[in-house]
Amino acid sequence: MTQPTANCPNCGAKIVFRWSSSVQTVCEYCKSILVRTDIDLKKVGQVADLPPNSSPIQIGTEGIYNRQAFVAVGRIIYEYDQGTWNEWHLVMNDGSAWLSDAQDEYVVTFAATGRKLPPECRVGQRYTWDNETYTVTTITKAHYRGLEGELPFQYWDKQDVVFVDLMSTNGKFATVDYSDETPVLYLGQSVEFDDLKLKNLRSFEGWS
Amino acid sequence: MSASGPNPPGTPQVKSLNCPGCGAAITLRSFSQAVTVVCDHCHSILDAQDPRLAILQKFQAAVDEDPPLIPLGTRGTIRGAAYEVVGFQRRTIHVDGVPYSWHEYVLFNPYKGFRYLTEYNGHWNDTSILRSLPTVNDNVSPATVTYLGETYKLFQTTKAGTSFVLGEFPWQVRVGEAADVSDYISPPRVISSERTGKEITWSMGEYIAGRDIWKAFSLQGNPPEAVGVYENQPSPLSADTTALWLAFVGFLVALVVMFIAFESFARNEQVIQGFYSFNTSVRGEASFVTDVFPLRGHTSDLELTTTSDVNNNWIYLSYALINQDTGQAYDFGREVSYYHGYDSDGSWTEGGHTDSVAIPSVPPGNYYLRVEPESDFGHGTISYSISAKRDVPQASFFGIALLALLVPAGLITWRSMNFEHLRWAESDYAPAGSDDDDSGGANRPISLGNLFGKGSDS
Repeated sequence: MTQPTANCPNCGAKIVFRWSSSVQTVCEYCKSILVRTDIDLKKVGQVADLPPNSSPIQIGTEGIYNRQAFVAVGRIIYEYDQGTWNEWHLVMNDGSAWLSDAQDEYVVTFAATGRKLPPECRVGQRYTWDNETYTVTTITKAHYRGLEGELPFQYWDKQDVVFVDLMSTNGKFATVDYSDETPVLYLGQSVEFDDLKLKNLRSFEGWS
Repeated sequence: MSASGPNPPGTPQVKSLNCPGCGAAITLRSFSQAVTVVCDHCHSILDAQDPRLAILQKFQAAVDEDPPLIPLGTRGTIRGAAYEVVGFQRRTIHVDGVPYSWHEYVLFNPYKGFRYLTEYNGHWNDTSILRSLPTVNDNVSPATVTYLGETYKLFQTTKAGTSFVLGEFPWQVRVGEAADVSDYISPPRVISSERTGKEITWSMGEYIAGRDIWKAFSLQGNPPEAVGVYENQPSPLSADTTALWLAFVGFLVALVVMFIAFESFARNEQVIQGFYSFNTSVRGEASFVTDVFPLRGHTSDLELTTTSDVNNNWIYLSYALINQDTGQAYDFGREVSYYHGYDSDGSWTEGGHTDSVAIPSVPPGNYYLRVEPESDFGHGTISYSISAKRDVPQASFFGIALLALLVPAGLITWRSMNFEHLRWAESDYAPAGSDDDDSGGANRPISLGNLFGKGSDS
C-alpha cells in the first residue's frame, strides 16, 4: 500500500499519512496541526506540550476488535478531575473507530449518526438506541488538552467539552459528545485489555 | 516503529518526587495514572497530576498507624497478571455508635489498570469495577440486583468513611469523606454500589482465602485468622444442599424399589410350626429337639417366632438351630414375658405374648431345632408355640439404610443452614426468625422441614 506523503508547510518535514481518509494530522517534528486541502497541507494551529501520559497504547499500536484488525493512527487527549484520558483514533478496514483509555479502562465506540439525541441529560436517565437501553452513569466536564497523529475530522483550538457516558446491562457503552452545537453519539462496548490482542505497545520501566 | 516519528513516546518510569509539605520522598508507582498520592511522613494528600504535587488535604494520623499487611510496592499475581500494591485505605462504618473498619488495597498493572483487595477480620475479596450495569430490583425485600443472569441479595447498606490513606489512588481520595455503600451477595461474590453525590460506582468482589493472597504476593508468615462468617464467604460445605437432597430422593426411590422387589420375590415360606407345653413344677432336663425340616433355595434369613400364653410370668427358650448335614449350630436365646396389674396410675401392662427374631444368612440344608425352656419353678404349665419362616424380607434393614442416607444429608444441611444463619446474623436484612419460612426461607438452600419429615416417616 502506498501511503500518501507531503511536506510540512511549517518545517518541511515529510508527512506520511497512515490512512488515506485522514482530514487532519500533526507534524511529528514541529507539532504543527495540519489540515488537508485539495492541493496541500495548511497549518491551522500548534500542539503545546502533551501532559505526561502512561497509556500503554501509542500511535502504531495494532489490535483486533470483533475480528477486525485496527491500528491507532491518532488521538485526542482530554483533561478532567481524574487526570487525563485518551481517545485513540483507530483505523479499520471499513472506517474509523475510537478506543477510549481512561486509567486503563478500555471502551471501543463508533460514531452513530441519525439517532435522536436529547438536548441535555441527567445521571440516571435512560435512552434506547438500536434496541439497547442505556442509563446515564457519568457526566464529565473536561477540556481539550492536546492532539497527536491523524484524525477523521478537523479538530483543534477546543476549550471545554462535556461528555455524557451511558452504560447498558450487558456491557454496551454509549457516549454523547456535547462539545459542539450538534451532539454526537458514539456506540460501542467496554473491552478487556487481553481481548484487544494489542501489539506494538509501550513498555514500562520495571514491567515486562 | 520507524513510522511513528523521530520522538517516539518514551518509556514511562517510576517517578520519585518530594513532598511539598515536608520534603519526604514520594514514589509514583502507577506512572501518571494516579490522581492523588499520600505523603506517609506528614500525612498530606497530594495532587498526583500536578508536577508540583499541590497539597489537597492534611489529615491526622499516628506514626506508622495501621501498617498494611501487604506493604506498598509488593507485587503479586492475580488471575495470571502481575499487580503491584500502590495504595491502601482504611474505611470505617459505625453501627450503633461502634466503629468497624476494613482495609482496601489499590493494585496496579500498567496495561490492565487498577483492581482492589479488601480485608476485614481476615476475610479477603478480589474486587474490580463493573463494566456493565446491574439491574436493581427493589420491589422485593431484601432488594436484589441481577448481573449477567445471576441474582444478588441486599446484605447491608452503610455509610463508609475513609479514615486512613497511604500511597496512590486513581480518584480524588480525602480522609473524612463518606459514601453510601450497599452490598448485594451471591457467595462467593458480592456486588457493591458506592454512591457519592449523584454517581454510583458498581464493583464486584470475589471471596479469596488469606493463604491464597499470601501465596500470590509471596508474603512471609501466615495471613490473619478469619474471624466469624463473612457476608460473601462461601460455605465450607461445598455441597449444594439442593443437589444433596435431590440425590437423597434418588436413593430413596431406589431403596423403595429394592424393598418392593424383595417383598415380592421373597419366598416367605413356613418351614416349621409346633405347639408345646412346659410344666414348671417338674424338675430336670426339659430340652428336646424338633423334627428335621429342609431349608431350600439360596442362603437367606430364617425368622423364628415364639408365642406363649404367659400371664404375669416369663419363659426363656435357649435355641440351637443345627444343620444336620454339617453340624453347624446357631445358638440364641429368646424370652417371652407378659405382666399386667393395677396401681395408683391405673392399669398397666409390660411385655407381650410374641417374640420374633431373624437369623441372617442361613445356607440351605436340613435343619432341626434344639429347644430348652426355662422359667420360675412351680408356676404351672406354660403353653407355647414355635414357628419359623424362610426368606422373610426384613423391613428393619431398609430402615437402617434409610437412616444411613438421611443422617449425613440432614447433618450437612443443618450445618449449612447454621452457616447461612451466622452469615445473615450480620446482615441488616436478616430473616426475621430462623423458623419463619416466608422471610427467611428464600435464603435457605431448600425448605428442609418437609423433606426431613417425609424421610423419617417412610
